[in-house]
Amino acid sequence: MSNEYTSAEMMTVTAAKALENGMTCFVGIGLPSEAANLARLTHAPDVVLIYESGTLQTKPEVLPLSIGDGELCESALTTVSVPEMFRYWLQGGKVDVGFLGTAQIDRYCNLNTTLIGDYQSPKVRLPGGGGAPEIATSAGEVFITLKHSKRTFVNDVDFITTLGFGRDGKARDGVPNIGRGPTRVITDLCVMKPDPETKELVVVSLHPGVTRDDVIEATGWEIRFAEQLETTPTPDARELEVLRDLKARTERKHAGEA
Amino acid sequence: MAEFLSLHDAVARYVEDGATVAMEGFTHLIPFAAGHEIIRQGKRDLTLIRMTPDLVYDQLIGAGCAKKLIFSWGGNPGVGSLHRLRDAVEKGWPHKVEIFEHSHAAMACAFEAGAAGLPLAVLRGYVGSELPSVNDQIKYIECPFTGERLAAVPSVRPDVSLVHAQKADRKGNVLVEGIIGVQKEAILAAGKSIVTVEEVVDDLEAGPNACVIPGWAIDAIAVAEKGAYPSYAHGYYPRDNRFYKEWDAIARDRDAFQTWLDDNVYNAGGQA
Repeated sequence: MSNEYTSAEMMTVTAAKALENGMTCFVGIGLPSEAANLARLTHAPDVVLIYESGTLQTKPEVLPLSIGDGELCESALTTVSVPEMFRYWLQGGKVDVGFLGTAQIDRYCNLNTTLIGDYQSPKVRLPGGGGAPEIATSAGEVFITLKHSKRTFVNDVDFITTLGFGRDGKARDGVPNIGRGPTRVITDLCVMKPDPETKELVVVSLHPGVTRDDVIEATGWEIRFAEQLETTPTPDARELEVLRDLKARTERKHAGEA
Repeated sequence: MAEFLSLHDAVARYVEDGATVAMEGFTHLIPFAAGHEIIRQGKRDLTLIRMTPDLVYDQLIGAGCAKKLIFSWGGNPGVGSLHRLRDAVEKGWPHKVEIFEHSHAAMACAFEAGAAGLPLAVLRGYVGSELPSVNDQIKYIECPFTGERLAAVPSVRPDVSLVHAQKADRKGNVLVEGIIGVQKEAILAAGKSIVTVEEVVDDLEAGPNACVIPGWAIDAIAVAEKGAYPSYAHGYYPRDNRFYKEWDAIARDRDAFQTWLDDNVYNAGGQA
């Protein structure tokens, strides 16, 4: 089998590798869900996946289109009410990592899923916060995955729906009972981590074939690079096979439903 | 005590113009049949509450039923935007809808507080989010024991709540199975409640810890077969993901939406 892969596959496989076996992960829909399930089907069979619809420890055969697909409930250990999910399991501190996507992100990992433009007269109205504002503060840490572009990686988000580290990088300082916040951002070009001191995002690893200029071009601020810049490992044949099977199964399921 | 009514009569009796209405079902068991009945009866100036407005509120908003919307995630799950909601917020069509925007955690807590008869819900929430700056329903209180600053939101106390469930027995006791969302909380928090069900059975066959809402805590039961379609009813029919995708094109265009509404709601009968 050929080891050629797309940049989208590179992103998903890299995001999946961020999850360790045995972690408890509160999963956002879309790219995070794809990555989390790939992790479960490859190196992390005992990763515990939790979706905000109340499904605890779910093992879907196909990727859900919505956060509350029946597949999530049928393959879950148990399904609890939504208040219980947010109060006991998330706020109660039972979640190691929240895995989120976003429409916009800035240098301090603040996420905007609310709108583009002004709140009262938005240029584009986005869906809103959903579970993210509290996932980002109550989970032990947060992984973020999204495609890299100037439209998504902006100097200042139009609206902080979900806290990274605030407009000055200090918004978590001194706040009791709050998680560590974002610890890595995985895109189709690179992996970034917040600087331990300033919390500003720093590129720590470039995907194979990606240059610094590619990342600079796609980022809306003067992006910094780590001194020890690494090259992200390429996906192996099994990871690609499992991912492609998962996506094909999902495609068939969602197309076939009348 | 739950009274068995037609959906038409239940909505006519309990949903008044200007009412605060919660129609719940977290992606699952969304009460579409009840929503369509509200549209058919031309209810106006409603304050609509739902964690995820979904297609059902997109339809109600596009049909001009809503004055306000209280919500926490307003998208078409897995597809994109709710275009009727966006048109109302961005362009004021068919008229402006005032929005009160929360996070899921806060809404879930607010439903639970409503069911518990409390005026407010307290949570460790909204830390660092700018939502409190645009929604004056989000305040802060200090824990009297630890001094911790916590978020507070008003509890949800709808005039009327509507949910869909799999089945009721002949006394009006209701079983909700699968993803149970905040359905039970929505019913218990409301002044009046309507539950639509797929069927009425002799025995719910519910386990001891099942999510059962007693008939004496419900005002009206109406049978609405496939009443959650195009969302799903666990054990009865799957979510029509294809329709959710098709809705994107229908809802993008005002004329296409009007035609859809005529064909599928206004001229689709409903029950007498």
